[in-house]
Amino acid sequence: MAMTMTQKILAAHSGNDEVKAGQFIEADLDIVLANDITGPVAIKEFVKMGATEVFDKKKVVLVPDHFTPNKDIKAAQQCKELRDFAHDKEVLNYFEVGQMGIEHALLPEKGIVTAGDTVIGADSHTCTYGALGAFATGIGSTDMAAGMARGKAWFKVPEAIQFVLKNKPTKWVSGKDVILHIIGLIGVDGALYKSMEFVGDGIKHLSMDDRFTMANMAIEAGAKNGIFIVDDLTKKYIKEHKNPDLDKEPVFYEPDEDAEYAGTVVIDLSEVRPTVSFPHLPDNTKTIDEVGEVTIDQAVIGSCTNGRLEDMEIAAKILKLGKVKKGLRCIIFPGTQDVYLDCIRLGYAETFVKAGAVLSTPTCGPCLGGHMGILAEHERAVSTTNRNFVGRMGHITSEIYLASPAVAAASALLGKLANPETIKEELAKL
Amino acid sequence: MGKVYKYGDNVDTDVIIPARHLTTGDPKELAKHAMEDIDKDFATTVEEGDVIVAGKNFGTGSSREHAPLALKGAGVAAVIAPTFARIFYRNSFNVGFPILESEEAAEAISAGDNVEVDFRTGLITNKTKNETYQAEPFPEFMSGLIDKGGLVSYVKEKL
Repeated sequence: MAMTMTQKILAAHSGNDEVKAGQFIEADLDIVLANDITGPVAIKEFVKMGATEVFDKKKVVLVPDHFTPNKDIKAAQQCKELRDFAHDKEVLNYFEVGQMGIEHALLPEKGIVTAGDTVIGADSHTCTYGALGAFATGIGSTDMAAGMARGKAWFKVPEAIQFVLKNKPTKWVSGKDVILHIIGLIGVDGALYKSMEFVGDGIKHLSMDDRFTMANMAIEAGAKNGIFIVDDLTKKYIKEHKNPDLDKEPVFYEPDEDAEYAGTVVIDLSEVRPTVSFPHLPDNTKTIDEVGEVTIDQAVIGSCTNGRLEDMEIAAKILKLGKVKKGLRCIIFPGTQDVYLDCIRLGYAETFVKAGAVLSTPTCGPCLGGHMGILAEHERAVSTTNRNFVGRMGHITSEIYLASPAVAAASALLGKLANPETIKEELAKL
Repeated sequence: MGKVYKYGDNVDTDVIIPARHLTTGDPKELAKHAMEDIDKDFATTVEEGDVIVAGKNFGTGSSREHAPLALKGAGVAAVIAPTFARIFYRNSFNVGFPILESEEAAEAISAGDNVEVDFRTGLITNKTKNETYQAEPFPEFMSGLIDKGGLVSYVKEKL
């Protein structure tokens, strides 16, 4: 029977020659991940299950990234629980503050996830690794605990929607604009319980960073996972990020030509415009040409969605053109220590500071209203993060406008939602 | 039997339990802040056995198991909605928090109605309107897990 890419990976991990949509399977896991919020709850369940050791010390990954560096005493206690557990169970891939990164930026960079893997993470944006041609999905703490104990998880095999990407995006259009455009098109439950499978010639025009951003936000359309076909660029990335401490070999899957899909959506990348999601759902999208006058109090650039080097490069290119608008806070948080270091080496750090922006250590902090950039009553933020729910970044009357790093940086200079295509001209008028 | 709180589509995990309160995993502590960003009176007025009825895609967003735990801690007997976001659905199942998929019930039930839910059969009885609705049954595989006492017991047995 013909299978989608996700179905092939799930078949291979469940000892089946084939699986079909709707079938329940138990799959072997290559990576089981948790953070400082979901990890402590998982550890409690792990103990309740009577487990004493993790199933594989190389395959459990614990990253304190949400409320770190510890935002308060309670957060510190949660991080301590995670740290003590990692030490006690001799978890190889535990990343302390100072060596860590935002989990979904960190794991690909460290070569912990590779093509063909099956990954569960107690964090909804675990779907990011689909950019590498892996099956990766977010689950909760109890599933994570079961995964740590047994190296297995149960799944209902999903059907898929295929997204055929064509042509080349224009200069200031990034993976973020493409995925916001797609979510606007299909809605926040448009891919509920399904895979989003990205194929087509247009993919060659999307960098790995673009693809990570797109797979990252598959959950924002309700999807179980997002997955990209593997090409030379994926293979090059995997080779460059091979982890010498892990004996991982990538396996490349491709969907069968006659696989059945729940739907096919063709996206002409050349027609995608810089796109912004208005409050309070990611599918509430407008193109930059339609946004009107929306003044901004804070610009946030970073996160598991857009905290990679290319995102920093784009932000630096634009912020070099001027100064952060008076009265506006611009907060930049690279995804990992390596990205942070590259920002210093390449001069982006200097550009950010000179422009009047904050350059933060990697943390999920502001994205989920944890710390490092909370919004007051009625304040507005343009943010490269992934959710603009009510109260997500602070006060319940505050507003979040989701956008690309280019739009966020341009908006930081103008103090209102701005188009990166015309920012130079706009600044010249001031 | 309990009174109904009714909400719209896409009730997200960040309003079910805002991230600023995720410094604990204790259901009773979490319950103090349940739903506060869309309904500030919920946590102080909810009583054991009350029911939430909502629109489609309930629980969209984060993987936080704290969301069903907060509602469970608040004494909510069940959530009824036409569809659930998949991680919330899975988490609710894993922590033993009843959720029922029924478009008919979600439409017909009004805020304040008195509703009784039989989780095993999926039968929803609206005492106020004298109506019954049948929710989608759980897939056999998942009912099997319930019979084994849930995921924690299942793993315990397998280890």
